[in-house]
Amino acid sequence: MRKPLSAFAVHAILGLYTLLALFPIVLVVMNSFKAKRAIFNTPLRPPTPSNFDPIGYARVFDDSALPFYYLNSITVTAGAIFFTLLFGAMAAWALTEYKFRFNTLLALFLSIGIMVPIRLGSVAIIQLVAELNLINTLTALILVYTAQNLPLAIFILSEFIAQIPKDLREAARCDGLTEYNIFFHIILPLIRPAMATVAVFTMIPVWNDLWFPLLLAPAGGKQTITLGVQQFLGQYITDWNAVLAALSAAIVPVLLLYVIFSRQLIRGLTSGAVK
Amino acid sequence: MAEVVIEKLSKSFGSVEVLKDIDLTVGDGAFVVLVGPSGCGKSTLLRSIAGLEDVSGGAITIGGRKVNDLAPAQREIAMVFQSYALYPHMDVAANMGFGLKFAGIPKAEIAARVSEAARILQLEPLLKRRPRELSGGQRQRVAIGRAIVRKPQVFLFDEPLSNLDAALRINTRVEIAKLHKLLAATIVYVTHDQVEAMTLADKIVVMNQGRIEQQGKPLDLYYRPANLFVAGFIGSPAMNFLKGEVVAGGTGLGADGRIAIALPPGATPGMKVTLGIRPEHMSIAVGGGDLHLAATVELVERLGETGFAHLRLASGTVVIAEIRGETGLKTGDRTHVALDPAHLHLFGADGRRLG
Repeated sequence: MRKPLSAFAVHAILGLYTLLALFPIVLVVMNSFKAKRAIFNTPLRPPTPSNFDPIGYARVFDDSALPFYYLNSITVTAGAIFFTLLFGAMAAWALTEYKFRFNTLLALFLSIGIMVPIRLGSVAIIQLVAELNLINTLTALILVYTAQNLPLAIFILSEFIAQIPKDLREAARCDGLTEYNIFFHIILPLIRPAMATVAVFTMIPVWNDLWFPLLLAPAGGKQTITLGVQQFLGQYITDWNAVLAALSAAIVPVLLLYVIFSRQLIRGLTSGAVK
Repeated sequence: MAEVVIEKLSKSFGSVEVLKDIDLTVGDGAFVVLVGPSGCGKSTLLRSIAGLEDVSGGAITIGGRKVNDLAPAQREIAMVFQSYALYPHMDVAANMGFGLKFAGIPKAEIAARVSEAARILQLEPLLKRRPRELSGGQRQRVAIGRAIVRKPQVFLFDEPLSNLDAALRINTRVEIAKLHKLLAATIVYVTHDQVEAMTLADKIVVMNQGRIEQQGKPLDLYYRPANLFVAGFIGSPAMNFLKGEVVAGGTGLGADGRIAIALPPGATPGMKVTLGIRPEHMSIAVGGGDLHLAATVELVERLGETGFAHLRLASGTVVIAEIRGETGLKTGDRTHVALDPAHLHLFGADGRRLG
C-alpha cells in the first residue's frame, strides 16, 4: 500500500507546482482575450461572451513592426541554438576524443564560462560589438548568445559523447570514415537526445532575454519581441490589451520549438550498438 | 587475400612495454589465433595490425606493403569487435554498406555486395531491422557481414564470441570456420578461450606478458609445448606439473619417490626440473610399478563416459587424472596413478622444454 501512496504524494506535489508555474501564464492568456474594463474588474475570471474582445490581438497584428520583431526573435533563437549545438558538439567531441596539449586546461577554461555570468562582461561586449560595427544587428545577438550557451552545451555534450562506446568510433575508422564523417554520421545522430536537451536549455533564456537586445540591438527594426512589447508599456498609459496579446502570442513559437525538440528526447537510441 | 608479416614489433604505453619484439607471419589464407591470458598483449597486437594503435618500433607488412603509418581504412583490413560495434541508428543493410558508401562505391555495387554477404550469413530477412531488434548471434553475424562486404585483405577478429551464450558460441565458431574456407580469407583472431584456438586455428600464437611464448600448429603446441607457460595454458583441464630433480636414470620427485624415465641430452643429475603430464595420459593403476605414484582420491568428477579424479600425491601435490568408464573410485580411496612414458614432458629450471 505504500507505493501507490507515495506515487500519489509525488503527483500531488508536482501537480501543485505545475499549477503555481502555469498560473501567471494562464492569467496572461485569459486576460488577453478580454476587454480592458474586464481585465481590471475581474482579472481572475476567464473571458465570457459579454466581455470577450480580441482588440489586443488586432492591435498587435495591425502594428506593422511587431511581426518583424517576432521574426527577429525566431531568427536569433534559431541561430543561437544552431551555432551552440554545432560548435558545442564539435568542441565536446574534440575534448573527449583527442588527446592534445592543454586539453584539460581548455576544458577547464570552458567550464569556467558556466560559473561566470556573461552579463558581467556587458561593457566589453558593447565595445567589441561597436568596433565590429554590429550594433543593431541580429548577428551581434546570435554571437553573444552562442558564446553564453557554449560552456554548458560543451559540458553536457562531452558527458554524452564519452558514453558512446569506443568500439563504435574505431569501427567507423576501420570503415574508412574521415574524422569529420565520424562526427557528422556517427556521433551527431547518437547524441540527438542530448542535443535536444541543450537546445531546450538554450532556447528559453535566449527567447526571454531583454538585456542584450536592449544593449546591442535596441533600434533599427532589429528589436526582438520582448523588446518590441515595451512600446505598449508607457510611463503613464499602458495598453494592457496589446501587451497581454503580444505576450500570449510570444508563447507560441517557443512552444512549437519545444515540441519539436522534445520529440528527440527519446531514450535508448544507443541500445543495440554494443552488448 | 594477403600475407601479414610482423617484424620486431614493439609497443610501449609510457614506460610499460606491452609488446616486446614480436615476430609473426600470417600466411596468405591462414587462420591465426592469438591466445593468452588477459593483459598479455594479444588485443594490442591485433589493434596494432588494424592501425588503431600506434606502434613504437618494428614493421607491419600487409600484402607486401608496409602499413605502419597508414590509417586503418587504407590497410585494407576489416575488424570484428567483441562488442559488435554496430551503428545503432542504422538498419542492418545500412550498417553493412556504410563504409562502402564513403569509399565512393556506386550504389548498385553496394547493394550487390550487401545482399551477397546477407545471403552467405543468412541475414536476408533481417536487412531492414535495427541492431537493437536483433539477438546477440544475429548482431555478430551483421558485424561479420560488415567486414565481408569490404572485401578486405585481412580479417581481424577481437574475441568475437565472448558475448554469446555457450550454445551459440559453438554454432558461431563452426560458422566462422566455414566462412574461412568459403572466402579463403586471411584471418587473425584473438581469444582467451583455448578451445576456440584449438578448433579454429591453422596456427596458434600463445602470448604472455607482451611476448610470443610459442607459435605453431595446434597439435604441435599440445604435444610439444615449448615451455611451462604454454604447457599449462593449452589443454583443459591443465597439464599436471610435478617438481623434482634429475637423478641417475630418472627423476626424483621427493616424497613421491623416483621414476625411471629416458632423460634428454643435457639433463645432468642434480638439475631442478618440472615434470609435466596431461590428465588423459595418467590412469588409475592397481598396485605399484615403475611409473606408478601412490595417491589418495580427493574428488571424483563424472562427466558421463569420462571424468576426472583429483588425486593427492604423497608429496601433497594434487594432480588430475582422466578416468573412463565405471571405476568405482570415491573420495578417500587409496590408489595408484600410472604415468604414460610416451607423454611425459620435462622442463628445466628456466621453464623451457628439455629435449
